[in-house]
Amino acid sequence: MERAAAVSEEIELSYSDVEESLRDTVQALLRKRCSPEILGRIFDGDRTGTTELWRTLAVDLGLAGLLVPEQFGGAGATAREAAVTLEELGRFVAPVPFLTSAVVGTTVLRLADATDLLGSAACGDVTVCLAVPVSTGPGGLVETVTAAGNVLHGIVRNVAGALEADLLLIPVAGQDGLELYALHADSARVTPVVSLDMTRQLADIDVTGVTARLLISGGAAEAAVHRALVAAAGLMASEQLGLARQCLQITVDYLGVRRQFGRIVGSFQALKHRLSDLYIEVESACAAARYAAATLADDHADQETAAAVAKAYCSDVAVHAAEECVQLHGGIGMTWEHPAHLYLKRAKADQIAFGAPGAHRALLAVLVDLPVR
Amino acid sequence: MTDDVRADLTNRARKLLSDNDPATCERLKFLRAQFDLGLAWVHYPKGLGGLGLPRAFQNYVDELLAKAGAPDNDPLRNSVGLGMAAPTIVEFGSQEQQSRFLRPLWTAEELWCQLFSEPEAGSDLAGLATRAVRDGDEWIVNGQKVWTSGAHKAKWAILIARTNPDAPKHAGLTYFVCDMTVPGVDVRPLRQITGEAEFNEVFLTDVRIPDCNRIAAEGQGWQVATATLNNERLAIGDSQIPREGGMIGVVAQTWRNNPTRRTPDLHDRLMQLWVEAEVMRLTGIRLRQKLAAGQPGPEGSAMKLNFARVAQRLTGLELEILADDGLRYADWTMRRPELVNLTGGDAGYRYLRAKGNSIEGGTSEILRNVIAERVLNMPPEPRQDKNIPWKELPR
Repeated sequence: MERAAAVSEEIELSYSDVEESLRDTVQALLRKRCSPEILGRIFDGDRTGTTELWRTLAVDLGLAGLLVPEQFGGAGATAREAAVTLEELGRFVAPVPFLTSAVVGTTVLRLADATDLLGSAACGDVTVCLAVPVSTGPGGLVETVTAAGNVLHGIVRNVAGALEADLLLIPVAGQDGLELYALHADSARVTPVVSLDMTRQLADIDVTGVTARLLISGGAAEAAVHRALVAAAGLMASEQLGLARQCLQITVDYLGVRRQFGRIVGSFQALKHRLSDLYIEVESACAAARYAAATLADDHADQETAAAVAKAYCSDVAVHAAEECVQLHGGIGMTWEHPAHLYLKRAKADQIAFGAPGAHRALLAVLVDLPVR
Repeated sequence: MTDDVRADLTNRARKLLSDNDPATCERLKFLRAQFDLGLAWVHYPKGLGGLGLPRAFQNYVDELLAKAGAPDNDPLRNSVGLGMAAPTIVEFGSQEQQSRFLRPLWTAEELWCQLFSEPEAGSDLAGLATRAVRDGDEWIVNGQKVWTSGAHKAKWAILIARTNPDAPKHAGLTYFVCDMTVPGVDVRPLRQITGEAEFNEVFLTDVRIPDCNRIAAEGQGWQVATATLNNERLAIGDSQIPREGGMIGVVAQTWRNNPTRRTPDLHDRLMQLWVEAEVMRLTGIRLRQKLAAGQPGPEGSAMKLNFARVAQRLTGLELEILADDGLRYADWTMRRPELVNLTGGDAGYRYLRAKGNSIEGGTSEILRNVIAERVLNMPPEPRQDKNIPWKELPR
């Protein structure tokens, strides 16, 4: 047990100047290219501009290879920078596969020593997707695909980031444990799913009869997938933080101008108290998400605990923030026209993605020696 | 911390330890010497027990001294002095007041208490009615204060009183240091729901305070009190604890010690609170990093609010984990505790005592107002009591 591992007083939880400047860059782009109107149209089936947006982020800003070491053509940045990026992607509910490709995909490829594929992913030529159901968190992988020789058989349902992907990484139940295969997305049948959150649309992947390349197997494959899922959970907390902050901000702004009963409604104590509670939650979420990012960046012994804490906590904060955003906007919050629904759909989907809060608390119970029985 | 600063702190600590060997030196002599070397609270100015360094550097000093077996100043006995009076005196006191009060305060030769709340002025502290009337070089004070912990042991109190009833409520207040040992100060224990009496009622009858014990200008009392309360909220919500320190540690241990009492429902609630306690700890670290050099602002209110909420839920859960054993209570005898230890006593005591966490030092409801209005900049409730003379307010 590493219960005493947290020497976290030393870990910097504030944002560095470099991180703030990355935030500004990402934010400036999203402000122009990721408006609520564009997002609303995605739900009506019009994804115009989303491919170009990802390309700009991935290639022009170099975010596809943000976490990839420089020797493989990436930016060699850390989880701290990825976290700040995700805060902004969350704030704008950006419909881009950064988390699934630039975090999960490149982490798996790096740990699998697939340097050729890693190079293509780093420069943004290839978008990667680890084909697991979106709810899969650390320790939660259940393989639904089998292999005979290099020919795969099976379906993976509800995968996030698959629609945008060029390269699919398929976990397969092998005789000696987990095997990880790579294949070109064009060779699989990737069927889009109408999703609660169309800004991170799910897809079902049928790989039956497809020939794939075995990347890695056994303990090394388990470790690579596990590390990637820990990073996904720990960093999704930052996306949730960005979204929650945005919901709080626009709700505070709205209650500061909306008048009823001859008063600004934000002066009613009943509403102020709800927003104060939400403010506390968002500030707390910030500390949790920063700590998760910092421990991932330092490859700190506490990273699994930190990620579980952050994902368990920030998931519910984001949902609470989005639900308060809808409710406190009143009727307008229920309309298609107002962006509140975009936040709500993303927040609810994020809560379930990469391990729901209960799953992370169950992981924690083991990590911190508080057994259920 | 730069190498120069580290070297200076190390040299000072070495000098302190070599001139005053902790093994043989009298405790008070050691503490006074520590104060005089600026190692008491390094973030305060030189000459006042500090060195004008960032707050966080104190940890370095404390670690060095603790390793050498140095005595501490028993901070829990004087939390009002250290957490509230001292920062207020540093910020608003005159030079004479600073040199008179701070050294014996820090060494705990003189303990402090707080005379703020009144029976008719709780959350609405600015409406308080205790009067101070000028009489030459003195003030004559009359009124009743309440919730005064440590009043029966204190040498000094920080006191707010009304000096101008014709001014609006916030503008007619003045801040004093009151000697608790002078005639007219009557301290009576106030028994609380735990059975014991941590707090007191304090009756002030023609108490004379010399004008030199007024802090800041006449009429500036509210501004000074606000600084005190911000420090109090920071002190309450911001204790630096390790993971699973404080109340979560107690309850987690109860869980580990009682395998036969575990249920899935209790486990899920425990884990939720474990996460909340850990996040609260991280939030405190982040807040300290942000404030490393600065003054506490309203953000401290968020910590205090969270602390109370988590402590109350944890102590309630612990009773449920213990089930029938949780219903055995140690002692209802009226007594005056030496120290208040929120994690001490038995589970029933902790449950009851934690109810005070959301009331003392500003109720959670008032703190939510503070956050909404001063952090989120939401408009205040319409109020009728702010701009009319205090004496015309309905009572």
